[in-house]
Amino acid sequence: MRVALFLTCVNDTLYPDTGRAVVKLLTRLGVDVDFPMAQTCCGQAHYNTGYRHEAEPLARHFSDVFGEYEAIVTPSGSCGAMVRELYPRMGERARAEGRGDTLSATLAPVVPKTYELTEFLVDMLGVTDVGAYYPHKVTYHPTCHGLRGLGLGERPRRLLQAVKGLELVELPGAEECCGFGGTFALKNSDVSAAMGADKVRNAESTGAEVLCAADNSCLMHIGGTMARLSTGMRPVHIAEILASTEEEPAV
Amino acid sequence: MSGTFVGMPAFPKAAHEAVHDQTLRGNLRHATHTIRAKREKAVSEVSDWAALREAGKRIKDHTLRHLDRYLVQLEESVTAAGGTVHWAADADEANRIVADLVKATGEPEVVKVKSMATQEIGLNEALEAEGIRAYETDLAELIVQLGKDRPSHILVPAIHRNRGEIRDIFRGEMGEWGRPAPEGLTDTPAELAEAARLHLREKFLRAKVGVSGANFMIAETGTLVVVESEGNGRMCLTLPETLISVVGIEKILPTWRDLEVFLQTLPRSSTAERMNPYTTMWTGTTDGDGPENFHLVLLDNGRTDSLADEVGRQALRCIRCSACLNVCPVYERAGGHAYGSVYPGPIGAILSPQLRGVGSEIDASLPYASSLCGACYEVCPVAIDIPEVLVHLRERVVEGGAVTERGNKVVLKPAKGHAAERAAMRAARWAFSRPGALRAGQRLASRTRRLHPRSLPGPGKAWSGSRDLPTVPKEPFRDWWQRTNGGKDGAK
Repeated sequence: MRVALFLTCVNDTLYPDTGRAVVKLLTRLGVDVDFPMAQTCCGQAHYNTGYRHEAEPLARHFSDVFGEYEAIVTPSGSCGAMVRELYPRMGERARAEGRGDTLSATLAPVVPKTYELTEFLVDMLGVTDVGAYYPHKVTYHPTCHGLRGLGLGERPRRLLQAVKGLELVELPGAEECCGFGGTFALKNSDVSAAMGADKVRNAESTGAEVLCAADNSCLMHIGGTMARLSTGMRPVHIAEILASTEEEPAV
Repeated sequence: MSGTFVGMPAFPKAAHEAVHDQTLRGNLRHATHTIRAKREKAVSEVSDWAALREAGKRIKDHTLRHLDRYLVQLEESVTAAGGTVHWAADADEANRIVADLVKATGEPEVVKVKSMATQEIGLNEALEAEGIRAYETDLAELIVQLGKDRPSHILVPAIHRNRGEIRDIFRGEMGEWGRPAPEGLTDTPAELAEAARLHLREKFLRAKVGVSGANFMIAETGTLVVVESEGNGRMCLTLPETLISVVGIEKILPTWRDLEVFLQTLPRSSTAERMNPYTTMWTGTTDGDGPENFHLVLLDNGRTDSLADEVGRQALRCIRCSACLNVCPVYERAGGHAYGSVYPGPIGAILSPQLRGVGSEIDASLPYASSLCGACYEVCPVAIDIPEVLVHLRERVVEGGAVTERGNKVVLKPAKGHAAERAAMRAARWAFSRPGALRAGQRLASRTRRLHPRSLPGPGKAWSGSRDLPTVPKEPFRDWWQRTNGGKDGAK
């Protein structure tokens, strides 16, 4: 199976460790993963801020880059939801604007074969125990677009529960948004910061060392808040936990 | 605080105050979390909830699609049952009709059932200007009215007040409006409720004119339906000689049978009750029983324009349950007043900019008053995809485009104040369309990483005022991938 890693522009630029972890994890599980160098951005920030027409060329570019692969894997719930949920909607809107089916037809091939990482592991590879080792106390925050958009459900928790040495503790108010919300974090910074502070306080109350999530953009906001509030906790992407082994443990 | 939302600042500015008001945060957190948990329990008892939600959505969509036909049918049914139907294109027209109807009775006062439509059009203020006093009789609306305050929630408009504040309002203000609060009133709920009961009872027994809205109007029979918890509605709907109901045109249901769905979903979604305590239904007038004169004022006030928008029109399915407010993390922290409308919370953020347009500062800011977390859509009993409409309205703000205003197609210009953002979005789109440009930018950021500050000045403070910036790595992923042949060369 030809599998492409759609890393996302945020991870490529700011969180290469997450990308390396995905490659290491998938390779260990026998998947031949490719990183198409022409990939850039799915257009989510444009679309969600109201610049749908600016997002269209990025969506078309995405389809050009990834169309040939059998599966597209991304370590981001929100970028995964952008492709799966919002690309079809962009096509519908273009049709409603009298621009025909061209955009829909261009985007259609990539929609059903785009998977968020934990979905790909559980549904496509059929594994929950990925042979990982991570001797830390961890709490898990289900990010909104993964939870309510893609419906990831218990998949991330099942994967974490199978990690050797990992103690998983419940996060109070887990399903409440952390307050990132893309440009919301800037446009409504007071409310965003208040939501972030509440999320961090809930995370602290668990006594965990690590807050884990499947989306680095949310973790950038939560982690930045943790650093500012001088908590002892760290944000860690789920891929980095699942990639960690006894031979090569993540720090 | 004044009783009007006119001239409200943009949402972020209004929310700034609320976020730092610890009493308000505490009141809202306690109230929304309590009702949120109760709703979840009430909904989980119903095994066919998903089917009811889908049915509610479809009934509403069908009705909206054929609204022209059902409105005419309703007018015929109401008229045949002894009522009189009036059509109001906007708030001014509706207020004029109601004021004239009240004046024709010669009465100087009316008692009111809690109604969002009359709040929307500012009926109380319009009647006041005509020398007619309107008494709110719902407990929470009474608290808001006595406190010269504004509602901050659809179902519980005084949600921002705690018991101590309510006692102070009753003690200070009740005497101005009628029977004063009893001596030595404390803040125990039973005493506060008794004070309100005594104060309101004299108004119920005296009133000759009642004013209401309605939760539903049945086209086939001409029946109006009000669901409520306190019994004040039943008093206002049965005791007066004249009843005037102001109802948004989207409140129609085609048949009695359709009520079955909504009388299950509305109470569970709103008060988390299996069934609300009082459901009042009336069909025109009946000799010797209830009001002798019944007037129905059908209110448009931007609804037909919203109906013309194929994405935005789903907001007209709303049955005003307020489940979306109770679950919204932004509402919980910003409070209802920040939304600058009688419709706060997620539903307000999509209704107000449609009913009022996106011309004002507050209305242009409302589509952004959400992190798009989707909790509102999940709980909505008529499946309004609020995040979808928010994004659609953001587009209207930044791109402008064709909209319907008072029945005419007009082309809006992009809103002011988004020039820098628009330029940034275009620049990002340009760079992201060229992997080479993206890479050059990434490398520049990586090579200058030691020079990056921990906090940003100017507009960057919006991020770094409360959060550290992420550190830029030594090399972007794509450089590592190329340098190590996808990690196959063994390099870390």
